[in-house]
Amino acid sequence: MSEKEKKQDTKKKNAGKIFLEEVSKSSLTVTILAIFTGLVLGGLLVAVTTVEVYQAFDISFWEGIKTGASAAWSTYEALFYGSVGNPGKIIDAIKVGEAEDIRRAFNPFFDSLVVSTPYIFAGLAVALGFRVGLFNIGVEGQLYIGAATTVAAAIFLKGLPAIVHVPISLLAGFIGGGLWGFVPGLLKATTGGHEVINTIMMNYIAFRLSEFLLRGPLKNPEGFTPVSAPIEESAQLFRFFKSPIRFHIGFFIALFVAYLVYLLLFKTTWGFTLRTVGANPRGAKYAGMNITRTTILAMVLSGGLAGLAGANEVMGVNHNLALAFSSGYGFDAIALALLGNSHPVGVVLSAILFGFLRNGAIQMQLSAGIPIDIISILQALILAFIAAPAIIRTIYRLKEPDIDIDKVTLGGWGGN
Amino acid sequence: MTTNTTTAKYKQTSPTRRRVLGIILLVIAALIYFLFTRTLETGVQTTYRMVPGGSEQELPNWVFNSLPMLNVMAGLSLVAGGYQLARGFNKRTNLVLGLVGGMFIFSFLTWATADGSLNLAGLLRSALVKAVPLTLGAMSGVLCERSGVVNIAIEGMMLTGAFVGALVGSLTNIYIGLLAAVLAGGLLAAALAVLSIKYKTDQIIAGTVINIFATGITSFLSARFLQKYQHLNDPGRFSTIKIPILSDIPFIGPIMFHHNIFVYAVYIFLILLTVALYYTRWGLRTRSVGEHPKAADTLGINVFRTRYISVILGGFMAGFGGAYFTLGSVGRFDELMTAGRGFIGLAAMIFGNWNPFGSFSAGLLFGFFDALASKMAILKVAIPSEIMLMFPYLATMVILAGVIGRSQMPAADGTPYEKE
Repeated sequence: MSEKEKKQDTKKKNAGKIFLEEVSKSSLTVTILAIFTGLVLGGLLVAVTTVEVYQAFDISFWEGIKTGASAAWSTYEALFYGSVGNPGKIIDAIKVGEAEDIRRAFNPFFDSLVVSTPYIFAGLAVALGFRVGLFNIGVEGQLYIGAATTVAAAIFLKGLPAIVHVPISLLAGFIGGGLWGFVPGLLKATTGGHEVINTIMMNYIAFRLSEFLLRGPLKNPEGFTPVSAPIEESAQLFRFFKSPIRFHIGFFIALFVAYLVYLLLFKTTWGFTLRTVGANPRGAKYAGMNITRTTILAMVLSGGLAGLAGANEVMGVNHNLALAFSSGYGFDAIALALLGNSHPVGVVLSAILFGFLRNGAIQMQLSAGIPIDIISILQALILAFIAAPAIIRTIYRLKEPDIDIDKVTLGGWGGN
Repeated sequence: MTTNTTTAKYKQTSPTRRRVLGIILLVIAALIYFLFTRTLETGVQTTYRMVPGGSEQELPNWVFNSLPMLNVMAGLSLVAGGYQLARGFNKRTNLVLGLVGGMFIFSFLTWATADGSLNLAGLLRSALVKAVPLTLGAMSGVLCERSGVVNIAIEGMMLTGAFVGALVGSLTNIYIGLLAAVLAGGLLAAALAVLSIKYKTDQIIAGTVINIFATGITSFLSARFLQKYQHLNDPGRFSTIKIPILSDIPFIGPIMFHHNIFVYAVYIFLILLTVALYYTRWGLRTRSVGEHPKAADTLGINVFRTRYISVILGGFMAGFGGAYFTLGSVGRFDELMTAGRGFIGLAAMIFGNWNPFGSFSAGLLFGFFDALASKMAILKVAIPSEIMLMFPYLATMVILAGVIGRSQMPAADGTPYEKE
């Protein structure tokens, strides 16, 4: 007893120091610093590519720095207003009390959540794959196929009540995406064909296929462009507010699914199997786990989650299917799954971050004239720092962590 | 592990594989007969034009009766299938399979153009042109992966090469633009090398990072500068050079030897890379580092340096391939203009068994389907071009699955090397 007390005593003495040390070792610190560093470098890029900054440097060095900083500042200000809302406008609108103005003022915030929703599904899809040691680059393709099957179910089934039609359409998306994940899963498990190549190939096949479907069977018979007919009203996801707020129930469905994935991964035997196969395939095999079945099922689930992202977009936002409607949710999902350390909670948080970034960037492009592509650059930088934490640890002189048990590892090209 | 054992299994032609391939050949023969021969009326003629558009060479059209030709094709496939089942072609199996596949495509074209005409030379020429970026991308992959570093960032490197080539080309001239594109590819490759060799990041994640970054930075700078100041996006193009004597060869000349420097560069790089990889000390070292880095290290080869050099050379190659899009093709940069060609290049590399000439053949095949898809509309055949364009991807998956034959990757591909 006394020894323990002594230990606690020494701890108390250096509590501050120990706390700092723990913070320094923690991977959360690295994550936060990675985001911070990415944002700083992004601001630097904006400053460097602004013509006015060079003109200001002609006047004086100090003027140049000031102009550069203000260019970067106004970019992030526009990003903030676009993603969260302009506080001034919100207060004004509440003071006046006009319902539509209030909705409009709050719209950026809710729209960011709308954008976050497919990110949650897609991020979970990638994260689930990572946990099993599978790199599913095919989320984008699975998302397209999921959207296509959802649209088929949501257009061609008529006269159903919403309480039946919505789940059926979601299920259709899950099945479509799951099928698209099944093929690379099967190939990986039975022939060893690497899922990275196969899912990339499946992506392109999916793009071609959805192109074909939108020019043929799914095309709106009344239109001339490759767009599907609008889906039945009974298959649309419920929206909480009147226009222009598009915030719909899909966000809560996504949170619920994230909770289910958490339960599956960490609270069930099967989830344990999944994680063991991912962490140590040979050990899993030795322990009698069925790697073939686990791999296939994991890819099906991962694809199904990606399919739900597509279903969500079709049923909650677009209400029809168009060519290239996703514009990269599936690819961004790779970055955000890594950012969230492939944990459902982390995925939800990073999905919300990405949703705010993306939605804000759209507004930023309009108001500050900064191309939306800056968020890809930010993502790449953040991801690079997350993937190679040694860079961040060197820059900020952080301590090396103790062995990180929760780290997700991937097999090489040839599989495990 | 699983990969290696299965690869070993496929090395000797197993009786099962022999039979499966024999059946595939027979199925092709049956397809030619039932799909094409039976649906044609007797006496129809197929006309192939033998000179691509824009060439001054004069060659008569190749006109023949469609039906007898199709019957011959079906018959030859049948014989090949029968022999494969009975005896087996053994070492030449893949060659025969390729030939019969070619006959199937030829039969299809003959059937589709029955009663009409098709510019065969033009089709082949455009297949070759479309194969250029794919082959350059694939050779970039060969360089990296032979040394044991997976490069899925070919797409990003090509996109960056295309952008830098256009920008620098507009500011100076196309030659310096080309050089800058090559260097830009090398710079990204250096980033990939540092991430995957020094920091031992997962190579696929490192490649994904570079792809995202390249997409972002090229689109960002393009929106910021190239679209605003048009004169920054007007590099011009490399002009077509006719090779004397060679370009006068009938049929082959205009198809192969009447292009700009990018096509000739592919010929040269193919030979250079093959010689370098298989007949020089450097090549042997690079391959040994890709197969068994520890053994190579024990023999005194500097694994890290070898990998750095190969990856950066691969980046140069990808940057050069990227420059093709702006300086060799359209003379202007558009956002995301590589449109996944880097990934098809990667597929061509796998299809081509991680070697230069194999990659080129795969690139030609994929390019041919690309060219054919754009002609489908003219041929008025019921196959939608979207379905046609799926072929390269499906073919890659089939090859990867080892149904027809298995490609053999460098053993240490994708594993960071830890010095002990």
